[in-house]
Amino acid sequence: MSLNRGDIENIARLARLALSEQEIPLYVEGLSRILVLVGELAPADTGQIEPMAHPLPGQRARLRADVATHTDAHDLYQRNAPQVQAGLYLVPRVIE
Amino acid sequence: MSALHEMGVTELAAALRAREVSSVELTEAFLARIARHQGELNAFISITAEGALAQAAAADERLRTDGAPPLTGVPIAHKDIFCTREVKTTCGSRMLANFVSPYDATVVERLRAAGVVMLGKTNMDEFAMGSSNETSFFGPVRNPWDTSRVPGGSSGGSAAAVAARLAPAATATDTGGSIRQPAALCGVTGIKPTYGRVSRYGMIAFASSLDQGGLITISAEDAALLLGAMAGFDERDSTSVELPVPDYAAALDQPLKGLKIGLVKEFFDEGLDGAIKQHLLAALEVLRAQGALLKDVSLPSLPLSVPTYYVVATAECSSNLARFDGVRYGYRCENPRDLLDLYQRSRGEGFGAEVKRRIMTGTYVLSAGYYDAFYLKAQRVRQLISNDFERAFHEVDVLIGPTTPTTAFELGAKSGDPVTMYLNDIYTIGANLAGLPAMSVPCGLAQDLPVGMQIIGPHFAEERLLNVAHRYQRETDWHRRIAPRFA
Repeated sequence: MSLNRGDIENIARLARLALSEQEIPLYVEGLSRILVLVGELAPADTGQIEPMAHPLPGQRARLRADVATHTDAHDLYQRNAPQVQAGLYLVPRVIE
Repeated sequence: MSALHEMGVTELAAALRAREVSSVELTEAFLARIARHQGELNAFISITAEGALAQAAAADERLRTDGAPPLTGVPIAHKDIFCTREVKTTCGSRMLANFVSPYDATVVERLRAAGVVMLGKTNMDEFAMGSSNETSFFGPVRNPWDTSRVPGGSSGGSAAAVAARLAPAATATDTGGSIRQPAALCGVTGIKPTYGRVSRYGMIAFASSLDQGGLITISAEDAALLLGAMAGFDERDSTSVELPVPDYAAALDQPLKGLKIGLVKEFFDEGLDGAIKQHLLAALEVLRAQGALLKDVSLPSLPLSVPTYYVVATAECSSNLARFDGVRYGYRCENPRDLLDLYQRSRGEGFGAEVKRRIMTGTYVLSAGYYDAFYLKAQRVRQLISNDFERAFHEVDVLIGPTTPTTAFELGAKSGDPVTMYLNDIYTIGANLAGLPAMSVPCGLAQDLPVGMQIIGPHFAEERLLNVAHRYQRETDWHRRIAPRFA
């Protein structure tokens, strides 16, 4: 299976990745090779097999009680933010 | 007493307790080795000398009182994927080059509570995606046995640091072989525990159904001591398993008489290097001489593990890495035109080539029209692989084979073709897909480059793996060998 430039541009758009002109042919080639590798799965006889849902048999993700366990650490978390103002995260204007 | 840097965690902990050495002296000795060799190996992203010396001084205080925890004053390094408060956590990426976590990972917290001193954070492939440590934003790590060669990856910094004895042990993580493969290529001991054994809280996610924290150490004995301190239930990780942690050190010496070892036919295929095979057969002889029984087994679906992995892991990666959007933390591009431009350029500039390749592969296999053919198909094959292992463990106690198809390769040799690089993990990926514990143990040198033996066990059989590895290491000294330039 092989991908073309349009496929890569579409995947990059879905993944929210800006690619440079130089990168596009590298990903056309790289992803096409990966899909050839992945194509080896197609002939495997999996008719009666359920997709694996957890690496440990019989385990399921655990839920916890819906109670607040953390104190407010708003200021601490915002120390890593690229741009904040008055406790808010700043992004370019989305509504004109 | 041997030179300080030749000693493992177990010996160092005993020497500290006997007051033969102080934690400050020990920490200074390792910091001096790091300073001397960082330039040629690039094993560290952050070196936390000041914090380490303060922790060491506090440890020396505690060692003067009763009840100091068992690892008090032992210096170790953490892979830079484990979140640490006050010290940046980069995950080897430009995206997180200035990130300082607001909390500590459970692994970091538990090891600190057990008394360890942190020397620094080790280099790694970006977001743990790589098998050569060449994808790090902070530059490649070099193999101490031959600095023109790779140390393996993604925990290449941890493996190189322990191999060069810049630290007696380091934490690491393994999604498809990222502990065992670099351990093998650098001649050190590595353990990837069972999925759910070690908390993933604060361990930056790559593929959440495969990621597992573990260790790189000199010996299995050291791994047993450290694993006991870091394993166990954590309510903050929803996949953490609620089972008691056994005393791993207590089971180390158990005799091997009657132990059934499975030799996986698919591991001894034509892709395996001849010298590696010879060393493995010699290692198996050491175990057989102690009463272990060898039996051939077959895992017929195992050859599909690499394609299965590159669907499941990339799908999970594309989902996990969607959180990096340039808004709340991480890299943000200059002068974004609008919100979409902010997302796309922050991600396009903040992630390196391999990470973007995997995000796109994952996006593709999860996209409408392809989900059944790729993602669901891979999860079905994953079940077949898991069933193969389960059947094998009805017949044998552990499986043994090579960790890697070749010894360490030259920098740049495989970075041109992703698929060639992915095939490095052909023997290690199966254990991740099935959630099994596995180790790599040094078992020889081929043309002066280390060779690793892989031991895989059933779920939660860490005790057995450490026992087999320890009994092997009692009879051999491959794990004590140090690359001549660093001896």
